[in-house]
Amino acid sequence: MAINWFKYAAPNTFYPLAGRMAPWFFGAAAVLTAIGLYIGFFVAPTDAQQGEAYRIIFIHVPAAWMSMFVYVVMAFWAAIGLAFNTRLSSMMATALAPTGALMTFIALWTGALWGKPTWGTWWVWDARLTSELILLFLYIGFIALQAAIDEPRRADRAGAVLALVGVVNVPIIYFSVQWWNTLHQGASVNLTKSPNMAATMLWGMLIMALAFWMYAIGAALIRVRAIILERERAVDWVRELPEAAR
Amino acid sequence: MNGSIGGAFACVVQRDLLLALRRRADALNTLAFFIIVVSLFPLGVGAEPALLRAIAPGVVWVAALLASMLALQRLFAGDHADGTLEQIVLAPQPLGLIVGAKVAAHWLVSGLPLVIVAPLLGLQFGLPAESLGVLMLSLAIGTPTLGLIGAIGAALTLGLRGGGVLVSLLVLPLYIPVLIFGAGAVEAGASGVGAGAHLSLLGAFLVAALFFAPWATSIALRISLE
Repeated sequence: MAINWFKYAAPNTFYPLAGRMAPWFFGAAAVLTAIGLYIGFFVAPTDAQQGEAYRIIFIHVPAAWMSMFVYVVMAFWAAIGLAFNTRLSSMMATALAPTGALMTFIALWTGALWGKPTWGTWWVWDARLTSELILLFLYIGFIALQAAIDEPRRADRAGAVLALVGVVNVPIIYFSVQWWNTLHQGASVNLTKSPNMAATMLWGMLIMALAFWMYAIGAALIRVRAIILERERAVDWVRELPEAAR
Repeated sequence: MNGSIGGAFACVVQRDLLLALRRRADALNTLAFFIIVVSLFPLGVGAEPALLRAIAPGVVWVAALLASMLALQRLFAGDHADGTLEQIVLAPQPLGLIVGAKVAAHWLVSGLPLVIVAPLLGLQFGLPAESLGVLMLSLAIGTPTLGLIGAIGAALTLGLRGGGVLVSLLVLPLYIPVLIFGAGAVEAGASGVGAGAHLSLLGAFLVAALFFAPWATSIALRISLE
């Protein structure tokens, strides 16, 4: 049985599909969050060195993972949109950007909340923190560029070029910051030398990461539906939607 | 002559330099901005010599970053306004080459003066003589990279409202590696580690930017003009 994948590359067929899928992803996100947080707060043991404060990693680490991953996915869809001129791919890239920025912000914010009790400071110019901050700037640049261009096709393609330039630069920035950090700072905080993690902690974190994935996909689907409606508002199939018949 | 690749490159460089020469104030404004920003720092942080010497490389480099970012507006805006840019895009010569020529001319007008004036500012901050040489060298290698990366941002924001602020949002995060190794070169040189590694990396950035940036810029120009 051959599945026609391209069928759902058209906005008018993807729109109802996204509408049907999004609640499932949000549902999965809610269930997984409940399980993950239960493990995180009640099952996982108290950390010997950091006490209870470490429990924020169940939010922090998945958010940090997602923040980097979403950027790559966004650049991927942007590249597909640029190369094959598919409208939906570019809309997907646009829809992912705010979620990615949100994840980056959550990672930075929870990191600060965790840093205060553990390191005694809200912020250090550590390599990871700094490159996460720069990642947030890259997201903001992408969103700002697309917001400044009125014509959707130009916004898509200009954003795609920027996302691709960004994705080439992310490793360079990461390693530059790392080297800069080792030059400027002595051994202040070492994030990589973490104590052996209990299996329950790891499970809690993985389940939370999965929950974040589900949320990110669901949010992107909802947002892409809004973008489709906005861009295709003059087209017949949008006018014939039951939601439009008010 | 007209059809050849080298001829086209030289022709664009010559034209842009001539245009810049006819409007000298534009180039001088960038230089004045650079000098003023650097001069503000002692007023802001205090005139203690040891402190000034420590922050000098970073201050000069950040000011150079801001100055070359502000100068980006002029890279394509004039040609865009009078329609020359459309003719350039239609020209038979590869667009990437012409973009490269424009960036080269732009650097000669707005980047090179910063490199030449930097040692003077370094002296004001009490940098020793050998550091001044490294500072100049790092700027000489680093500022063309800034121009090349910035050209992508300038092309993407062509003709947009609020393009000036927007281009800074797009371009400044991408400038960070150049800033790190540019300012780092001076510090490494002063601390006795030797600036060679930093300067080599700056050179590597320049080569990579020379290869990729004109290409990305020409794609961005075509997107902005269609």
